[in-house]
This record gives sequence, structure tokens and C-alpha cells, in this order.
Amino acid sequence: MTMAVATEAAMKPEKKRWGWTALLLAPSGFWFFMLLLLPLAVVIVYSVGVRAPTGGYQAAFTFDNYLNLPARWAAFRNTLVLAPSGTLICLIIGYPLAYYLAVKSNPRSRLLLLILVIVPFWTSFLIRTYAWMFILGSRGIPALLEWLGIPDVRLINTPLAVLIGIVYGYLPLIVFPIYVSLEKLDKRLLEASADLGGSPFGTFRQITFPLSAPGVITGCMLVFILLMGEYLIPQMLGGGKVFFIGNALVDLFLQSLNWPFGCACAMALVVVMVVTVSLYLRATRQLQGRDVSLM
Amino acid sequence: MDQQKEFIKQLRRYEKGSVSRRHFLGVTGLGTAMAVLAGAMPGVYGARKAFAGSIGDKVALTTWPNYHSQANLDKFGATTGAKVEMTVFGSNEEMFAKLKAGGTGWDVFVPTNYTIENYVKEDLIIPLDLSQIPNYQPQNYTDQRFTQPGTVNGKVYAVHKDWGTTGYSVNTKHISEPMTSWKDFWDLARGKYTGRAMVHDYQLTTIGNALKYYGHSFNSLDEKELAEAEKLLLDAKPHLFAINSDYQPSMRSGDAWLTVAWTGDANQLHRDMPEIIYVIGKEGGEIWSDFYAIPKESPNKPGAYALINYLLDPAVNKDEVLAHGYPVADKRVFDLLPKEIQTNSIMYPAAELLSPLEFGAAATLTNPARAEIMARFKSA
Repeated sequence: MTMAVATEAAMKPEKKRWGWTALLLAPSGFWFFMLLLLPLAVVIVYSVGVRAPTGGYQAAFTFDNYLNLPARWAAFRNTLVLAPSGTLICLIIGYPLAYYLAVKSNPRSRLLLLILVIVPFWTSFLIRTYAWMFILGSRGIPALLEWLGIPDVRLINTPLAVLIGIVYGYLPLIVFPIYVSLEKLDKRLLEASADLGGSPFGTFRQITFPLSAPGVITGCMLVFILLMGEYLIPQMLGGGKVFFIGNALVDLFLQSLNWPFGCACAMALVVVMVVTVSLYLRATRQLQGRDVSLM
Repeated sequence: MDQQKEFIKQLRRYEKGSVSRRHFLGVTGLGTAMAVLAGAMPGVYGARKAFAGSIGDKVALTTWPNYHSQANLDKFGATTGAKVEMTVFGSNEEMFAKLKAGGTGWDVFVPTNYTIENYVKEDLIIPLDLSQIPNYQPQNYTDQRFTQPGTVNGKVYAVHKDWGTTGYSVNTKHISEPMTSWKDFWDLARGKYTGRAMVHDYQLTTIGNALKYYGHSFNSLDEKELAEAEKLLLDAKPHLFAINSDYQPSMRSGDAWLTVAWTGDANQLHRDMPEIIYVIGKEGGEIWSDFYAIPKESPNKPGAYALINYLLDPAVNKDEVLAHGYPVADKRVFDLLPKEIQTNSIMYPAAELLSPLEFGAAATLTNPARAEIMARFKSA
């Protein structure tokens, strides 16, 4: 409230300011309009059209494409199961790592450890996923298991393979936001808690974790949103059998050339995203009792 | 007189900067003249050859994976000065979608028989000026069925590259049952060899071969028959190793033992691992023919003609066959091939296996019901 008043007061004296504001906002406004609103409008218009006889888009006004959405239920289900579980596993593995890096590790070796987290990004994601195809293929881990006396294990082209690929690929993305929020943590609070008789777990539950919540929420959001549109990992490690919405979209646009239905699916994905992300934000906000914003 | 006026006009445009230097040289013919002069004065243009001006310095070729001899393409670049820039695609649908969207910059591309009619309908390719492809001599083709789809409404839009069949490859080290039919394929894939079979990520062949299980036409658009095929596909889905047209790596590593395959891939697999044999289903299936065509929007049509003519030269084409392993209908090329290839039964199957095979139809490729069945099969 006080901030709003202050801004108003600052704006009042000069009308010229407004011109500057508009000028400075113009590039981002233009960007926003050309690359978000305009394409979105095209997608909406296409989504009520029909597929042209040889494929593509033909103008029409029908909601058939939306009514046909249940035909892609499996893709939505796979995405809505594997994206949240991938995010959760990333969090469970990533949090202790971030905690170690920020709190426990030797400050002198910390930089090196942080660089090691980034090192995988120096190689193309495609190549790293190809490597997983071999690791999970019958000459990789299954061969090792067979040697250990557990024969006939199949990993590649299963939901588990896709999950492993997801966790591998997105882990670094969740480590960094959590690391940043833990690094800012005032260590004296932990000492105070111990002095007042708090157990290590109690201290973690009541102090460390709540204070790192912004990092956790940001990291989860980052991973979850990217996972919802994932295409490459299910394509390569799922063998065309574990289908995400991203794969369904590629198929609709490039294989069956059914652009209107593709647009309807894309709109459905947008709606699903908006709903899940706002539910998530509301839940975490109530949990925290304060505003959380994306970093 | 007119030519002079045109020259002055182009010169003015060039001076004003509204055309590029290359365009100016190209339309006035000065480019050719300069190139000829440069050819006559070695050293002025260094390594660039006399043709450089007339067919440009690059030709964009869009084709399929493992489909050309790189040595041939390099030689074309070295002798003409036009470097071949190759792009590969995974499916005809994708090629069609890209060309329909426009702005591709492709000069030559390789469509399959059933797509040519659709390209013509959408006005995406040009009728070919056969005088610029003297190496194309239809009277030398063993079977006119392979060349005929290139002709639409009496005009030749595409010339034959090679042909092949769609059958399946079997690793006999793991699968001992004798296999001869599509019924064998689907029954074993769903039964004893669960988790070991692959099918193409391609509507035409996957649905077509499921239709063959019931003895229906490969091209069927009949609702009831397609429903049967879909039922078979959905039933087989949990048993499949993968739905992927890139099946060679999985067959080589031993992850998959059974896969729907095209002639050339089957040939390459058998060459490196003799235990992987090729079967053409006795119920029939697909026979196809690939073509060279020139997109309407091709930026370098002279280069496109030169490249097609070069690749159809029998001696060059022979090396192409040795590289990709698909048969060519041109008798002159067949005669140049070594004996063991002329008698290779994967490339040249017995007549009784070939006769029930069907060419894919244009309507089969674009049929919305089939596209939707494939999508449901994949996302099931």
C-alpha cells in the first residue's frame, strides 16, 4: 500500500516521464506482442479449423478438435504422471546435494564442486541422451545385471528409462536455485536453534527448509514447466512407446499434418499448465504465508 | 535490341543496389561469360571451374539417410564448382510439411512414388525439362511401373532414382521359427518374442502391414478393415520393443530381433551380420520407387538439373547403388553391377514374391483416418 502511494507520488511531477516509460517498455512490449500474443491468437484461430484434404489448415469454425482431445488422453496422462514424479525425484536428490554444497562443503573446494555440476552442459543434451540409450540398452546395465545373476532385465523403451533420463537431464536445474537460497541462509539462526535445544532434524524442519522454500519452489517450477513440454527424452529413451504431449504435438504437425487438432492440443496443454502452476503456487503460498516469485 | 534494353535495365538496377551482384551476372549472362573467360585464363579464379557461374556454387539436396555415395557428391562439387549441401529427412510427411510451409531453399529432393501427385496438386514441384537430363532414358527401364508415378497429367515431374520393398528382418540367432508371412511376424511379435519386435514410425507401412495380417489391401481405406488393423496394432503395442524407423542400431545391438525393414537397411544388416535375414511377407505388402524432383521454389534450377543428370549417369549411379544397397530400374546400371549384387535376393527378390506387392497410393498417405489410427496407436 505504502509502495503504491510512493510510486504515484514519484510519477506525478512530470508528464514527460510517461513518454520515457513507454519508450523503454516498447521493445519488450513489441516482443511480448509479436512472440506471445500474436502466435497465441494464430493457435486459437487454427484450433477451431479443420484439416485440409492433403493436410494442414483449412478455415472453419468447429469445436470438434476440442471434443476429440480425449483421443490423446494417454499422452496427457503420461506427461501428468512423469513430469511431477520427475520433479519430485529431482528435488529429493537435488536438495541434499545443494545443502551439502551450500552448507557443508569446504568453501575452498566449493567452486570446483559447482563447476562439476555444470560440466554436463558442456556437451550437447542430444549426445548425452544417446549415451543413455547405450547405458540402458541390452549391452549396458542389463548385461551387468545378467553377469551379477539377474537375467532378462529390460530398461530401454520403458517409462522407467524415460524417468531416469528426465532426472539425469534436469537435476542441475533444480540444484542451483536451492543452492542460492541455502547460501543466503544466516548460519547464526542454526546456532541459535541448537542453543535453544532444537534437535538437528527440528532445526532443519523449522528453520533451514522454510528459509530455502523460495529456492525449492522456483527450482521445482523450472523443472516442471520444462518437463511438461519435453519431447526428446521420451522420443529417444521411450522408443516411441512412452508418449508425452510434446511427442503428440510433433506427430500432429509433422506426421499426420493435422494442424488444427495440434493447435487444440497445444491450447489444452497451455490450460493444463496454467491450472497446475496456479494451484501449485496457491498451495505453496498458503504453506509459507508469503509471496513467492520466480527468481 | 530488346536484349540491350534488358541489359541496361538490369545494369541500372545493379547500380541502384536493388539486385545482388550474382543476380546481375546471372540474368545478363555476364556470369557465364566471365566464368568461361576465367576458365580460359587459369589462375585468375584459382580452383573454381568453368561451370561455376552457370550453376552457382551450391546445390541443396534433400534426401533420406544413407542414400548417396559421398564420393559421388564430392566429385560433382569438384568438377562443377557447385558444392552439394545434403539434408536428410525421416518421413515423406515431414518433407511435404516443410515444402508446403515454403522457404526451404531445396534444389533437388527425393519424394516417394505416392507423394508426387500431391506435390503436383499443391503446385510445389515443376514439370521437368527432360532435354536437360539426357541421362534419363526411360526406354532403358526394366519395369515401367517404377517410372510411371513420376508422370502426372501427361507431364514428367520426377525421374526414377531407385526402388525397393518393405518386408521384415529377422535375427535367426534368436528366432528359429521359419518365417514367411506377415501373419508370422505379428503372431510371434505378440507371442513368443514379446519385447523384441520393432515397427516403423510410419503410418503407411505400419498400418499397411497390419492390414496384410488379415489379407486386406496394403492401401485399404475401408473403415471396417482399418478398424481390424487398429485392433491388431493396439493389441501388439505392449509387446513391441519400439516404434521407430531407425531400427538398425537396435537390431545390431541385439535389443531387437525382429523389425519391419526396407530393402537397403535389410541389405546393410545382412551384409554385416549374415544371421539377420530379410523376409517379404507372402501375403504381399509394399513395393515402392523413389524419384528425383525439383521444387518450384528451388533457387538454383540449373544446378538441380546438372545434379540429377550427373546422378543418373550409369557409371555414377552404379556407385550410388553400391553405397545405398537399393536396386535401380535402369538396365544400363544393372549391367555394370558386380555379379554378387545382380544375384542378391534381398535386392532382387524372386518374381513370385514381387507380384503380390502393391505400390502405395497417394490417398493412402493423406488419408485422415489412417493418420489418426497411427496417432492413437502411438499415444495408446
